Amino acid sequence: MKSTLAISAIIFTVGILTLPVVFSDNSFEWRQGEGHESDVANASHPLYTEECGSCHMAYPPGLLSSVSWTAVMNGLDDHFGDNAELDAQTHKAISEFLTASSADNSHYSRSRKFMRGIDANSPPLRISETPYFKRKHDEVPAKVFIGNSKLSSFSQCNSCHQGAQKGIFDDDDVRIPGYGRWDD
Amino acid sequence: MKAITLTALLAMAVSNPAHAGSDALLQQYAQQGASTPSAQRGQDMWQQTFAGSGEFSERSCASCHTNDLSRAGKHVKTGKAIKPMSPLVNAERLSDDRKVEKWLLRNCKWTLGRECSPQEKADFLAYIKTAEMI
Repeated sequence: MKSTLAISAIIFTVGILTLPVVFSDNSFEWRQGEGHESDVANASHPLYTEECGSCHMAYPPGLLSSVSWTAVMNGLDDHFGDNAELDAQTHKAISEFLTASSADNSHYSRSRKFMRGIDANSPPLRISETPYFKRKHDEVPAKVFIGNSKLSSFSQCNSCHQGAQKGIFDDDDVRIPGYGRWDD
Repeated sequence: MKAITLTALLAMAVSNPAHAGSDALLQQYAQQGASTPSAQRGQDMWQQTFAGSGEFSERSCASCHTNDLSRAGKHVKTGKAIKPMSPLVNAERLSDDRKVEKWLLRNCKWTLGRECSPQEKADFLAYIKTAEMI
């Protein structure tokens, strides 16, 4: 009886351990990884931080799909109205980093949520246009923006999400400038 | 004429070793046809307003960098802080030719709607180098 249990336990354990590997063939599913998995990977790359982070927060790549990142990188000469051109070598290095760390190539749970409802034929170019983002922010009242000089739009995640740069987007970590802690 | 300009630039490099970083670029612009750089022309252009489209119908260098190069600026769209442009208060400025060329390309295209000429770039550098002295 004991040995049957032990064998069952071994079979179960092996099954669990191989599960992510089996799924890793499909890039739109999830992949095996390391670290804590509840939020978004704290991925960084010196070129990405320097080139993209000089004008805006270097958004964690796990907030957008690889198709979105490719579309963003292919339009840098008109980057939401700004010119953000890169030389070919830098462009390639940053594109590779963003794709490898994108939401669909991440095992982190919030990254997987960011993949929900993404249309690969018409990928959103902004994180704030993803279905998951919209759903999570639809309860933020307009009054937190009106007359609030510290908040102009949703584009600066770290204005409210204190740990945004580290990939932490938990509700408990939200402090809205001029408004305080967020209770939903 | 070119030889005279080059000599003048080299003389500037020797007399101003603290900001030698951009001198290679100034020489490059001279070889591309720029005459002696003028900080005054650079300042005039820095403060000039250009017509833009969409969200920002009026654009100038000061839109993001302000007209005081010793002060921090702010990205007009994203609100992100931009460190002072003057190498006199921010030693990183003009210390990396690749960065200088990259930003001149991007920012001339956004602000003026076109690339800057070697002369305009030389004038901008002359202005940025000596902003506090004008």
